[in-house]
Amino acid sequence: MEFDKEVDATGLNCPLPILRCKKGLSELSAAQVLKVISTDPGSVKDFNAFCVQTGHELLQLDEDDTSFTFYIKKRAS
Amino acid sequence: MAKKLALIASKGTLDWAYPPFILASTAAALDYEVEIFFTFYGLTLLKKDLSDLKVSPLGNPAMPMPVPMPNFVQMLPGMETMATMMMKQKIADKGVASIEDLRNACLESGVKFIACQMTVDLFDFKATDFIEGIEFGGAATYFQFAGESDVNLFI
Repeated sequence: MEFDKEVDATGLNCPLPILRCKKGLSELSAAQVLKVISTDPGSVKDFNAFCVQTGHELLQLDEDDTSFTFYIKKRAS
Repeated sequence: MAKKLALIASKGTLDWAYPPFILASTAAALDYEVEIFFTFYGLTLLKKDLSDLKVSPLGNPAMPMPVPMPNFVQMLPGMETMATMMMKQKIADKGVASIEDLRNACLESGVKFIACQMTVDLFDFKATDFIEGIEFGGAATYFQFAGESDVNLFI
């Protein structure tokens, strides 16, 4: 999947992946896509909750044995 | 309109320093407007130097210990320092943020810190003990924000 910026949050625990994601999004324009890699199992639920509450769109979640990769499209306003 | 979170931070140990800063920084990331009112031992969390935050196993039977440890052992000199070192090591090993990092994240995202003026006077703290950019106020100041907040927690 194509993306405009990547944030590596591997090894970090709650709430750092969300804080890094927020920071990454703030450096993008509307409709650009941020890729975030996390190893925190709690981040799956948290990233969903983050997107539901902020209006950014979770386009895709890839999972392997050790990590979770989120693709998040920045909201319009 | 942005949602609002009001927190009261009343505890000043290393473990209890986490909830207010985690919740405040996360709420700010969720576009909440956030204020934390620091009172009593919570004022410690506004000091420039956070390196002397400690955690005590004494009187805390729920704290996981490597070996079972009765209270009379926990009260020996140096036990609190040892427990604090162990906790800091765990925090680093597990990729948990330091209190400094979380506090900075709060400040960078515009979380407002209010120090309880009465407790500052009570404990003879000086304004110069604290980080820059905080405000001083009392209970009425707290209610001005808390009264119109969506979430309100005492920690």
